[in-house]
Amino acid sequence: MDIFLQQIINGLVQGSIYALVALGYTMVYGIMGLINFAHGEVVMIGTLVTITVAGTMIKAGMPVVLAGFAGLSASVLVCMALGWGLERIAYRPLRNAPRLTPLITAIGMSIVLQNLAMMIWGRNYMTFPPLLPKMDFEVAGANFTAVQLIIVLVSSLTMGGLLLLVYRTKLGMAMRATSQNPAVASLMGVNINRVIAAAFVIGSALGALAGVMVGTYYEIAHYQMGFMLGLKAFTAAVLGGIGNLAGAMLGGVLLGIIEALGAGYIGDLTGGFLGSHYQDIFAFIVLIIVLMFKPSGLFGEKTGDRA
Amino acid sequence: MLEVTGLHVAYGGIQAVRSITFHVKQGETVALIGANGAGKTSTLKAISRVIDAVGGDVHFCGEKITRLLPHDIIRKGIALVPEGRGVFPRLTVAENLAMGAYVRDDKADIALDMERMYAYFPRLKERAGQLAGTLSGGEQQMLAIGRALMSRPKMLLLDEPSMGLAPIMVQKIFEVVRAVAAEGMTILLIEQNAKLALESSQRGYVMESGQITLNGESAKLLDDPKVRAAYLGE
Ligand SMILES: Nc1ncnc2c1ncn2[C@@H]1O[C@H](COP(=O)(O)OP(=O)(O)OP(=O)(O)O)[C@@H](O)[C@H]1O
Ligand SMILES: [Mg+2]
Repeated sequence: MDIFLQQIINGLVQGSIYALVALGYTMVYGIMGLINFAHGEVVMIGTLVTITVAGTMIKAGMPVVLAGFAGLSASVLVCMALGWGLERIAYRPLRNAPRLTPLITAIGMSIVLQNLAMMIWGRNYMTFPPLLPKMDFEVAGANFTAVQLIIVLVSSLTMGGLLLLVYRTKLGMAMRATSQNPAVASLMGVNINRVIAAAFVIGSALGALAGVMVGTYYEIAHYQMGFMLGLKAFTAAVLGGIGNLAGAMLGGVLLGIIEALGAGYIGDLTGGFLGSHYQDIFAFIVLIIVLMFKPSGLFGEKTGDRA
Repeated sequence: MLEVTGLHVAYGGIQAVRSITFHVKQGETVALIGANGAGKTSTLKAISRVIDAVGGDVHFCGEKITRLLPHDIIRKGIALVPEGRGVFPRLTVAENLAMGAYVRDDKADIALDMERMYAYFPRLKERAGQLAGTLSGGEQQMLAIGRALMSRPKMLLLDEPSMGLAPIMVQKIFEVVRAVAAEGMTILLIEQNAKLALESSQRGYVMESGQITLNGESAKLLDDPKVRAAYLGE
């Protein structure tokens, strides 16, 4: 088996998930300059809602396809409501506060959501119900599963749809205008509050989808899973240039591949001293390198462009 | 058409506008002139609700609009061309114009108006697909005016359209402003260039440290010794 190709495939799958989550960070940052640290928790809640809804339906003997769609829909709806509520309750009152205030609030909301999830779903790891058929394919010595294929396909389509929304619709144009100059956008008739809410709601829907993918891929979920996932997706957003949609997509995929290759070769590189369970360090090495040498990221606009 | 009564604007302790009262009649072009820091921009911002006034009222077409939000003011028919143009730098010229028509839904008419703007400003047509941030200052001013007109406003508020532009560019822009006025647009024109403003308007108000100190027909103000001394460099 070709380990290089195999790790590229694995990285692409993981990277697609990072990209979806990173878009949630980048959309909100692009529009209001806020890093919504609670976004990882929104994703986690999306996963856990799917477990409850789809799991219950499957246990009740309903068809898996139906349970899958119901779980996904419930997760998307709950996360959208959560994103909307976060903006409305936690961030909107702080719109004109010094920048540190909403940042600390975001961290606070992340803790609140984690604890809420712990109260609802408990502390234990939960198994994610198998929603997709187990099938393997082999190409050029590398293996991939139906689940992996579907994750990459669905996230590519979703991201394509998002780009269409942002670059081809009136709402998308209003979002871009608002991110560049909110005061003037409102003079044009844009209701800034609605546009900001839309960014949260859309980002949360993408997060919910990512949450279902994570559950399907790893078949396990936990109330703390949003923390690491959120941190890595944030890293991906910074890598691509936070605030930039294409950057978040590319950053996500790139980070996934870097991690996978790192995990694949770390044993060889360190003469067996470090194993593949150290793969998490790569994301943070990337974050530190980007922040040190190109804080605006790969596609980032010059700083000072907003304001 | 526009009636401003007792408008008062303050930034913390700084009194930028002190209870000013003025009006603009339908179809008129009115100039509001004054030195740096006189409070002209603050007045326009308070009318379009970018900032909150401390006191006073604004009526438009007989309706009180003092408490509306900016995105509702434009729907009443008041379009502001902000100081410093405020184009969206990473939208194309065409997208900036489309943003101007954000409050409208009549696609076919919007396309026609877009062509009308390109006829006013052929330069914009050449640059339709270019990002607005890459335009020259004069081109950005053209774009900002075109964008405001795209909403089909009843009234246009212009904040220093000549600022920082070469004389030729200023002339081009004022040609269009006069043409728009000739078509019946009501205009409130703010300028530091007093001569230009008074020559392009029917009436004028002179603002000094937040207060209106003189007003009258523009032609008479142009002849007023005080205005000549203070604003026309004589
Ligand atoms: N955001 C602000 N915060 C504090 N003070 C302000 C602010 N904006 C304006 N001012 C003050 O209010 C006064 C009036 O400013 P304003 O911008 O309305 O003047 P202006 O007549 O438009 O001047 P200019 O011709 O230079 O544009 C000035 O003294 C200015 O320093
Ligand atoms: Mg000014």
